[in-house]
Amino acid sequence: MASKDSVSRTVLVALVLCVICSVIVSTAAVVLKDQQVANAANEKKANILAAAGIEVVNGDLDAAFAQVTPMLVDMSTGKYSDAADVNNYDDRKAAKDPALSVALTGDQDIASIRRQAKLRTVYLVQGDNGIEKLILPVHGYGLWSTLYGFIALEGDLNTVAGFGFYSHAETPGLGGEVDNPRWKAVWNGKQVYATGSSEPAIGLIKGKATADSKHDIDGLAGATLTSNGVSNLVRFWMGKDGFAPFIANLKAGEA
Amino acid sequence: MSKTKDILISPIFANNPIALQILGVCSALAVTSSMSVTLVMCIALTAVVTFSNLFISLIRNQVPNNIRIIVQMTIIASLVIVVDQVLKAYAYEISKQLSVFVGLIITNCIVMGRAEAFAMQNPPLPSVLDGIGNGLGYSVVLIFVAFLRELFGSGSLFGIEILPLVTNGGWYYSNGMMLLPPSAFFVIGGFIWLLRTWKVDQVEKAEFTMAKHTK
Repeated sequence: MASKDSVSRTVLVALVLCVICSVIVSTAAVVLKDQQVANAANEKKANILAAAGIEVVNGDLDAAFAQVTPMLVDMSTGKYSDAADVNNYDDRKAAKDPALSVALTGDQDIASIRRQAKLRTVYLVQGDNGIEKLILPVHGYGLWSTLYGFIALEGDLNTVAGFGFYSHAETPGLGGEVDNPRWKAVWNGKQVYATGSSEPAIGLIKGKATADSKHDIDGLAGATLTSNGVSNLVRFWMGKDGFAPFIANLKAGEA
Repeated sequence: MSKTKDILISPIFANNPIALQILGVCSALAVTSSMSVTLVMCIALTAVVTFSNLFISLIRNQVPNNIRIIVQMTIIASLVIVVDQVLKAYAYEISKQLSVFVGLIITNCIVMGRAEAFAMQNPPLPSVLDGIGNGLGYSVVLIFVAFLRELFGSGSLFGIEILPLVTNGGWYYSNGMMLLPPSAFFVIGGFIWLLRTWKVDQVEKAEFTMAKHTK
């Protein structure tokens, strides 16, 4: 037997080790894949339900999510689209793909997202009297990071029913207060648009909003840039380059 | 028997990898802003260092000297990927908060250090104990740091409110700096100071002494 430092022995040990390790690693990846995919899907559902304020009973996400219908919206026309399969459509991936997205000009791009997907997934909760809640995805740049979240509107398509981010990396304790439940609760009941206007009026102001104000949200203390970012992203997605045409069509019953 | 016990116990305080050897500090800064995340990180690192010590010790007589570091890295990297996959499947929320830091266990100096310094020269059983001991030593420091950071930074422990925050209608003004990585430096520094006050033999000799004034 050759000594353990010979060339042939070195090659042999390296080969055997690589084969064993790669088998172990790939086994782990394959065996656990289903569970991981399910986790990611569940997390998204939980975020949508949380934004809409739908309670999950006994941790049964699928039962709670059964009330919610995902739909694709063509952002250029503001109408429903069946150009892609809604269950397999990935908004974030589409926003990066030049074929599936459009570049935004500097004036349009107040949320600093650079590209916008042509199709976006929206979520509807249908009730006896038509739409009960409309849940729209929003994202935009804060201070350090892009904030991803959902805004839920009541059936009048103007009153906020819920708001929250599921992914961001703002400063903990300052911009990170976007996750504070007390702050998120301020959004509920506010109006996105002033009467007769399709320009969003909702936004964060400096300091605390007065109790009777319809469109003002408390600013985040010590987080001016995050607050500006949140205002901008909500105004972008509720504005004419965002979901305003779709909301108008929906109100007119033409979506 | 006492030697076996010594291998397991001594890394916790007497020969702590972070406090005495100052290894593996990077993850101690990054993942200690909340207790639950820290605990998972400690378990992950302890598992990796224990099993890497075991496997490296098992094959220590077969490994050619020229490629021993690469062999160690391969084993450690494989273990880390397996741990990362398991976390993604069964502790999804926490794995998202740990993000890249599970992957960075590969470069954690404690794991490499124990593999090279201990497992390559010792039989499997002591190596496993050494791995557990060093994992615990790492955990003690991280939990100490995370306890202070979460308590004073967020007013909570394991997400349960202990000091009611002003932002939630309580009285405690949270210390925002505790949530940022630099605070972990101060806390670890404090830990080392406390430890060396208790175990005076860990105090290093001064590198030089001031000479007397001469005329």
